[in-house]
Amino acid sequence: MKLRLSFLWLVLVWLVFSVVALGTTTVTLAQTPNPNSITDDQVNAIAKYLYCPVCENVPLDVCGTQACEQWRQVIRQKLAEGWNEAQIRQYFVDQYGDRVLATPPPRGINWLAYIVPPVAILIGVWVLVQAFRSWKRPLPAPSSLPQPDHVSPEVLKRIEEELKNR
Amino acid sequence: MITDLGYGALAITFFLTIYGVLAAIWGVRTRRPDWIDSARNAMLLTFPLLTLSCLSLIYLLVNGHYEVEYVASVTSTRMPLYLRITALWGGQAGSLLFWSWLMSAFASAVTLRNWQRDREFLPWVVVVSLVTLGFFLGLTLFVENPFDRLWLLPGGLAIKSFFAPEGAIPYFQSDGKGLNPLLRHPGMIIHPPMLYLGFVSFVIPFAFAIAALITNRTDDRWIQITRRWSLVAWLFLSLGLILGGRWAYDVLGWGGYWGWDPVEIAAFMPWLTGTAFLHSVMIQEKRGMLKHWNMILIILTYNLVIFGTFLTRSGVLSSVHAFAQSAIGPLFFIYIGASFVISLSLLLQRWQDLKSDLHMTSLLSREALFLLNNLLFLGILVICFWGVIFPLISEIITGQKVTVGPPFYERATAPLFAGLLLLMGIAPLAAWRHSTVQTLGKAVWKPTVVSLFVPLIGFLGGIRNWAALLGFWLAAFVACVTLYEYGRAVIARSRSRGESLPTAFWNLAGRNRRRYGGYIIHLGVVLMAIGIIGIELFQKETQGTLAQGEELSLGPYTMRFESLAVFDTADGRNVARAVVSIYKNGRFVGELYPRRDYYYESQQPMTIPGLRSTMEDDFYVLLVDWQPISSAGATFKVYQNPLVNWLWLGGFVFIIGTLVATWPESEKSPATVRARRRTPLAAKAS
Repeated sequence: MKLRLSFLWLVLVWLVFSVVALGTTTVTLAQTPNPNSITDDQVNAIAKYLYCPVCENVPLDVCGTQACEQWRQVIRQKLAEGWNEAQIRQYFVDQYGDRVLATPPPRGINWLAYIVPPVAILIGVWVLVQAFRSWKRPLPAPSSLPQPDHVSPEVLKRIEEELKNR
Repeated sequence: MITDLGYGALAITFFLTIYGVLAAIWGVRTRRPDWIDSARNAMLLTFPLLTLSCLSLIYLLVNGHYEVEYVASVTSTRMPLYLRITALWGGQAGSLLFWSWLMSAFASAVTLRNWQRDREFLPWVVVVSLVTLGFFLGLTLFVENPFDRLWLLPGGLAIKSFFAPEGAIPYFQSDGKGLNPLLRHPGMIIHPPMLYLGFVSFVIPFAFAIAALITNRTDDRWIQITRRWSLVAWLFLSLGLILGGRWAYDVLGWGGYWGWDPVEIAAFMPWLTGTAFLHSVMIQEKRGMLKHWNMILIILTYNLVIFGTFLTRSGVLSSVHAFAQSAIGPLFFIYIGASFVISLSLLLQRWQDLKSDLHMTSLLSREALFLLNNLLFLGILVICFWGVIFPLISEIITGQKVTVGPPFYERATAPLFAGLLLLMGIAPLAAWRHSTVQTLGKAVWKPTVVSLFVPLIGFLGGIRNWAALLGFWLAAFVACVTLYEYGRAVIARSRSRGESLPTAFWNLAGRNRRRYGGYIIHLGVVLMAIGIIGIELFQKETQGTLAQGEELSLGPYTMRFESLAVFDTADGRNVARAVVSIYKNGRFVGELYPRRDYYYESQQPMTIPGLRSTMEDDFYVLLVDWQPISSAGATFKVYQNPLVNWLWLGGFVFIIGTLVATWPESEKSPATVRARRRTPLAAKAS
């Protein structure tokens, strides 16, 4: 009888362990990232704004090289692991540098990329405004303008020729 | 033998350019017209000589002379005849020779004009044209020689050189690498010559501008002479850009037409300054103003032409290190610097002489609005230029390269393009010299009210994108103004001359080609704007892997994967070709055949989309990947590109308009012209 009880205890302990182990395994399995659950569109939505570090000026979503295909798989894997877009982007920057981003990140010298064009355009506007202002000033008095009789005959002849040939 | 002939002709032409430059300068210094005529004849002779050189290279390309390095690098025995001919501009060395040949054609054409009235320009036009030509010939002859042969050194190393190195034996290859697959598309066959034609023809107005500066001809004679040259240059450059866009759409396999790639921008920058120039010269012609500004614009355009060629040929875009190592890059850099400094020095020297007593009298006059238009074009240029060179600056300073991609350009240029569209609508209604808020408002309100119906209909139709609604309004506004202006003039002519409306329409375009050609160009821009708004703001895309018989949906479309075949072709390709059925709103509309070609010779793939085109949209299918063994599954990327065909239609109208504007005037009526000049448009409108 005692032996039978011991046996029952053993079975019970085994069952408890089995249930716990099975549960742990199920939980672990449920947490294993499954890249197949990620769609191509999810991958491309991120890849579109990343640039292939090897090919010049080709976004990652349309680059046909093997290397880019692997990088797209990396995005898929990271998405499956629960990374968000910013984390994935940062991962690629850490790996390959700022050049993988579609635009220079606004820090350090990169600020020049964003500041110079508007400053140049504003300078253009300022020049234009100054020009308009100077044009709006009244013209010099007629007396200061050269009179027709001050024009040399050669110049007059040339003007006439020019007008004739227009 | 033929190699020697081509090389000899090239070398003689190079020395002829040096002779021409020296003879022209000597002729001016010694006041001896015979030297100037000799320089002119030297320039005329460059064309037949370079034709001989180009024909020699074509002969080598067509007949598979693979002992010539250039021939081996761009052709192969499997390539068809037409591709072997177009391989002339398929590589660096050949394209430089081709550039020089086109330049010589334009330079020679200039010599044939009647110089009676402006003989003082002749020597300087010869100097500028021949210096430009000589620079490119020098590059071709000494740095990138298309006639270089392959030699095998005693150590077994193959090198390229025109003359035999000591102890080397000729290296004959049985076949070449073949042309880059991307360059085998019909669009790419025509696109580079068009761009080059645009580039080289802008050299001529620049040459006249420099001649005017040197000779101190401060009138607008140089502009009158080069008006048609500038339009021709602009026509070719526009055509090159449009064809380039179509080529990208058909071949590059990313569903778009313009990727803000530095190579594209390199061609776009001279177009921007050229367009600003074409508007600005009208102010000089009509009002005698902005002489400095027009000089600056043509100097910029010329230097951007050279800069564009430099960007694409120097390797600088890959990295500054590639640029430093290339022989061609620093030479270009020095040439651009020298040309810019010399041109600006000449301009500064003549600054006082170019000053005009005439002043801008109204901020709403047409000339003021044209000047604003110039500011916007130059603003876009600054963004493009800075975007292209910033990665190089970053690399030089920090050692790290950055990418300046489409989001940068799109965000920065979109408001400026919108501003240009608005000006395109308002400026034709503003009068020269003087316009007030009242007169302009009176002319503008009718087209404004009519055009507002377009965004209203769009809003009621479900469009909630404010940028799209604004864009559609601007496009409608410009269209209304242009048609209103055209219609009013046609009716007026019909009434005054008793002509039927179609006859009046035809005669009107024939009488003032530049004005009415310009209106057609504006209509082309409107159509292009509609297409750009459609694809940029409403493009949809999806990607999926399908087994045979499975479907993928996008918008109203459903695509079913039917089959896939992989096979080799006689011209050295391995083709994977899918068959997909397309349904729109459940109705079968046709089959498409997207494919991926792999070129064995060059080991490069090319993605050719399957395309269903309507004016409403394009359904664009790319074969991204497939299972090679079973052929049962394949990955497709599909795009729905709304209104994109309006872009191509607009491009066509744009070119027609430019042709109309460029064509010589058929009917001249000075009295009428004078009368029209006295009557401001806005006043007429009232």
